[in-house]
Amino acid sequence: MARMKFLCDADRCIDCNACVTACKNENEVPWGINRRRVITINDGKPGERSVSMACMHCTDAPCAAVCPVSCIFSTDDGVVLHSKDLCIGCGYCFYACPFGAPQYPKIGNFGSRGKMDKCTYCAGGGGTEVSGSIEEYKKYGANRLAQGKLPLCAEMCSTKSLLAGDGEIIAEIYKERVLKRGYGSGAWGWMTAYKEGIAS
Amino acid sequence: MSLPTFKILAAVFALAVAVPTIAQEQRAPDGAAAPDANAVSEQTLLQQESRIEGRIDIPDTRARVLIQPAGRRWDYFHEITLHRVGAIVILGMIVLLGLAFLILGRTRISAGRSGKKITRFTAFERFSHWLTAASFVLLGLTGLNITFGKIVLLPLMGESAFSDLAQFAKYVHNFVSFAFIVGLILIVALWIKDNIPRQVDIDWIKQGGGFVKGKHAPAGRFNAGEKVVFWCALAAGAAVSVSGLLLLFPFYGTNIAAMQVAQVVHALIAVLFVALILAHIYIGTLGMEGAFEAMGTGEVDVNWAKEHHDLWYEKKAQESLGPASATSIK
Repeated sequence: MARMKFLCDADRCIDCNACVTACKNENEVPWGINRRRVITINDGKPGERSVSMACMHCTDAPCAAVCPVSCIFSTDDGVVLHSKDLCIGCGYCFYACPFGAPQYPKIGNFGSRGKMDKCTYCAGGGGTEVSGSIEEYKKYGANRLAQGKLPLCAEMCSTKSLLAGDGEIIAEIYKERVLKRGYGSGAWGWMTAYKEGIAS
Repeated sequence: MSLPTFKILAAVFALAVAVPTIAQEQRAPDGAAAPDANAVSEQTLLQQESRIEGRIDIPDTRARVLIQPAGRRWDYFHEITLHRVGAIVILGMIVLLGLAFLILGRTRISAGRSGKKITRFTAFERFSHWLTAASFVLLGLTGLNITFGKIVLLPLMGESAFSDLAQFAKYVHNFVSFAFIVGLILIVALWIKDNIPRQVDIDWIKQGGGFVKGKHAPAGRFNAGEKVVFWCALAAGAAVSVSGLLLLFPFYGTNIAAMQVAQVVHALIAVLFVALILAHIYIGTLGMEGAFEAMGTGEVDVNWAKEHHDLWYEKKAQESLGPASATSIK
């Protein structure tokens, strides 16, 4: 069984934001919501690095633990999904998420927030909709995983900085890169998300 | 996370950091200096600050926080600490009150009812009290549902029905909060002057207050016990109101760190507040004969007033009958 993860090789990310755009287009994400974003650390200084970040689909996902209606869960592939039918828009997953992944269409509107939206790893939704159906697409976005495809953000990354796939395989790719080029600033967020780094 | 687990993780962490550092010393295959010689590392940043922030291109600048491991600590607080503290404090108070009822029993009016009544609370005072009380009960129940509902109600109701209930409860909690704030302000404005601690309160506490049977320490309009409830309710009410308003308007004057702190304050104070009010409800109803009617009809029995609030009763009697006859009433 695969354990799906994301890995952003910060030494390759060029802050082009193609992953952000690809995600928005592929999933028809609601206005104002960015499931994926690119953040530049130490902008303009020597050694600045850009990191593309979305839901990391954590091990022991804190969002799932704190949800008062238990609408967030991990699939067998390790993808963290949620049901928008059950979500009450309380905002707790946003407090708990180490990566700022949960977003709300009405944030700031007197705490009503609306139904939470976040990266689904292009794996459809966690509701009762039929996998791959139009209803599922409208509510959660694409279900590429069911078609045997990986998330579009990683698939179309021009520098192959963003990797998606089974954790062991993408960790191996990253280790080979570090070995070959002689450096690597580490797999950003892995310690927090998966409680393990990549020892190269 | 337990300490040993944390230490092992820290060791793994250190190893993960150490490897790229060694790689930094090396040259790239073409002999050039390593391009990441100045590169920022996640571990270094997290040692300096608890959150990694950067610049973001999209208009939503709130999303510029890259990693905040504090989310996992908040998760631990909410799922472990709060569940334990909440269960111990609230269930503990219920057990204590049950024991008090079994051991001490109901405090009766020792002289029996006189049949004569005296006004203790005006209609407006009762309105203020019940506005606060009713909204508190709603806020308490809907608040507890957010924390304990998934343990207690979700297995009974099923996920769909429970989600509907929780959604409704969330809106009740958000809107009724304003009624509570208004009630709290009214209560404070009406009663703060009668709740200022005085010498008689110290004597009341020294004499064991109302807990020693067959003996009543002198007290004014409010005794020391009631004053403690008043000041605790004021402090806790202010704390939950301010933290609640911060949570109600996300990112207005707060960031994610401040919202986590606000939620911790809100939840911890709220469970203590619920326990305090449970005790208040007990004494006002089951625990003491003749107490409830003060807030019910607003009138109490004269013998009850003489026993529990003698100094206040004398003052009231003086006011209604004139100074000359005050001593004869006593």
